[in-house]
Amino acid sequence: MIPAGVCLPMFNYLFYSALIIFLLGLIFKISKWFTIKFGDAGQNFTALQRLTSAARGIARIVFSLKLLLVLKALLVDVLLQARVFKEDGLRWLAHMLIFYGFMLLLIMHALDSEITAVLFSDYYPTVNPFFFLRDLFGTMVLAGVGIAIFRRYLSKPRRLRTGPRDHYAIFILAVIMLSGIGLLGLKITSANEFKIMVEDYAGLDDEEEIQALEAAWVKDFGLVSPDTQPPFDEDLLSAGREVHQSSCLDCHASAQWAFAGYATAKIIKPIAIWLDQVGGTTILWYIHFIACFAGLAYLPFSKMFHIISTPLSLIANRVMDPGHSAPANVLTRQIMELDACTHCGSCSLNCSAGMIYEAIGNEYILPSEKMACLKKMVAGKQLNPGQIKAIQEGVYLCTNCDRCTVHCPSGIRLKELWYTVREELIAGGSPQSSVLTPFSFARGLTVKAKLKAHDYDLPLAKARQAVAGRFSDLMKADDAIPLNAHPSSAGRPVLKDATFSRCFSCQSCTSVCPVVGNYEQPEDTLGLLPHQIMCCLGLGLTEMARGAQMIWDCLTCYQCQENCPQQVEVCDLLYDLKNYAVSQSECRKSNFE
Amino acid sequence: MKYALFEGCNIPARVKQYADATKAVFNKLDIELVELAEFNCCGYPVRNIDQRAFILSAAKNLALAETAGLELMAMCKCCYGSLKKAEYALNSDPALNKDINDILSKEKLRYEGHVRISHLLTVLHGDVGLEALKPLILKTYNGLQIAVSYGCHALRPSKVTGFDDPVAPTLFDELVEITGAYSVDWSRKKDCCGAPLTGVNDSLAMDMALNKINSARQAGAQYLCTACPYTHLQFDWVQNEMAARPGGWEPLAAILYPQLLGLSMGIGAQTLGLSENRLGLADITSYLIAE
Repeated sequence: MIPAGVCLPMFNYLFYSALIIFLLGLIFKISKWFTIKFGDAGQNFTALQRLTSAARGIARIVFSLKLLLVLKALLVDVLLQARVFKEDGLRWLAHMLIFYGFMLLLIMHALDSEITAVLFSDYYPTVNPFFFLRDLFGTMVLAGVGIAIFRRYLSKPRRLRTGPRDHYAIFILAVIMLSGIGLLGLKITSANEFKIMVEDYAGLDDEEEIQALEAAWVKDFGLVSPDTQPPFDEDLLSAGREVHQSSCLDCHASAQWAFAGYATAKIIKPIAIWLDQVGGTTILWYIHFIACFAGLAYLPFSKMFHIISTPLSLIANRVMDPGHSAPANVLTRQIMELDACTHCGSCSLNCSAGMIYEAIGNEYILPSEKMACLKKMVAGKQLNPGQIKAIQEGVYLCTNCDRCTVHCPSGIRLKELWYTVREELIAGGSPQSSVLTPFSFARGLTVKAKLKAHDYDLPLAKARQAVAGRFSDLMKADDAIPLNAHPSSAGRPVLKDATFSRCFSCQSCTSVCPVVGNYEQPEDTLGLLPHQIMCCLGLGLTEMARGAQMIWDCLTCYQCQENCPQQVEVCDLLYDLKNYAVSQSECRKSNFE
Repeated sequence: MKYALFEGCNIPARVKQYADATKAVFNKLDIELVELAEFNCCGYPVRNIDQRAFILSAAKNLALAETAGLELMAMCKCCYGSLKKAEYALNSDPALNKDINDILSKEKLRYEGHVRISHLLTVLHGDVGLEALKPLILKTYNGLQIAVSYGCHALRPSKVTGFDDPVAPTLFDELVEITGAYSVDWSRKKDCCGAPLTGVNDSLAMDMALNKINSARQAGAQYLCTACPYTHLQFDWVQNEMAARPGGWEPLAAILYPQLLGLSMGIGAQTLGLSENRLGLADITSYLIAE
């Protein structure tokens, strides 16, 4: 109901503006699903091809038994939110409260003249069950928001990140609900509202009857009147209650039914008269509606867009078979998935590389932050050079364990997303030493076949060159070995394990090394052999040792170490050298220092 | 008996049948396997570039198992080797121990150094024991020759891993032989499978794998047997891909040890996920005869 003093044309103007922005935003965002190009495969499809491919895919599902899967997704994943429940019961409760509270408010309250009044001929917002339910639904949303606030701002699990989009979502919901409930509380106490209601609905002329009624409302229903104040005469009260019975009760449930609003009325009682006089009702009414309209207009651009994209992602997760889907549809789905991410943090809380993040400190190791970064990238936002370096490293420091995908409540196939952008990211920019580690195992097993040989080798070659340092200069046969080869004037870098000093050059390490044994002329390929590296370390030629290809071709099989008569920890020293080479190279040096 | 099962990253993503088969076998043994949801990467892949990140990652797992009061049972040889190495480093370097525990305290965890780390094979061979396994063997393989791959990171450095005799290991052979199969003696059974360099230096990794497979074949093996997801993928996926290439490679299929043991315990091929291996294993059941 629109209170007196509110400008109706302005209300309509604001509402339709918000609606138009919302609809245009929706069209804009959805069009992006078909137009944004992403990864290597993305370059091959036009928007029209992607649209027709999607239409064909949807038609195939609708006219097949897969339709049952869609229904299953809608029931289990969307309505019951089973994937959220699997992650965390409390989060599920919060989300269910918000989702159902908000949806029911939308249908019953916000669209009352379009829906509720049509369905129920006796609908009136002040009669039960509607009067009670409106308050209940609002309280449900607030309770859910309360749990979300607790999780994000108080309990703060490690590696759960809360960003501007999360702040906004909580803020807008809280403002809408608090202003709504506050408005009701104010109306309960408002003497002005009371007068208007009596005039418009009660049909009373007798001043004495009105006064008696006012007394009864003050006593029984939380009204705060500047004129009529307790203590009341019992006769006046019973007269007032009689008038209430005959004139009000049929169309207005007791204020107590709106328990949250009534509680608010009790809380603001001491300042209720003042609030009423300064037009608090109108002010809160404006806040409530402007918040609703702003929320509507901004929805397609905010985290709230997930109410549209996430159900679609959950359905796609059930019906799309990653091995057999049309590549154009996979691409479209991936762009949609970026919108379906609610930044809930499930992926980061379960990420296998979580402790690697703790040690290295690059946020983009965390899947939820990688998602946030990808969103920015596809939206065409410029990343600063530090962010670009960080995402290049973060996208590869992934154990390919698939846990992010398994845990995502929105059904996003995160690992596939990483694979889609990874090649492009590591091909450009600074070399990534992480490609020279078992992080590359999955790339070698599953990605290699899909790439051109040159594209596959490029990141590896770049990294090898970066970690080799000045090796080829130092190895020139006609040059004397510079004893000050280490760049630091402070002297030789000391490797933590100094077991190399026990080496007496028996070459056992080299003779048992399967890598050395694999080549006719091992020095040509490997640069230095294990015993030569130990010798270099003994001479303080760490700079030379760290550049040898041998250390990166080491299988870490520990044959050398196991067979050393002097218990030199050869393999562990090669590990130390690799760490040292990385720390001295451009791969890591400038990233986070 | 009860263990915290450490699956690592490869098994849930790519070698699920290894976990399924292990659980089925342990079900028969009446040993409970607890899965701690917070377990994370053992740290192995990051060792090349950042030792501290490796130790921290490993230490969190050790602290989790310790807090749960459970022994940790790794299924991957590289996980096992990394966790043992981290244990060794943490117990012998007080400064490192303090640094790592300071970070762990933010996770409300602490590593005290009490957790026992085992591998699936050492649990079966040592904790359960061959004598306890034998009565559960319902069918034995007749005339089946198996080449066992010990796995570098479990075997060496023996001072750290304490897995078996690094020069003449017998544990895996004995576990195979209780099923009636014959464990062949082959020159490369303690050698590297090449997996650490797959994706880094593929031709070298491939040479290692093929040398190993050829050696097993020359020794008369009909199947390779593994107890490590890296080795398994190296044998199963890489050979499968090679077999598809023109000129064709004659693959020598690999079976995961709990699959081999499970079949002889009478567990169904489907439960053991035999069909999830890329190289066919259907023929292996023809060697089985009821006791």
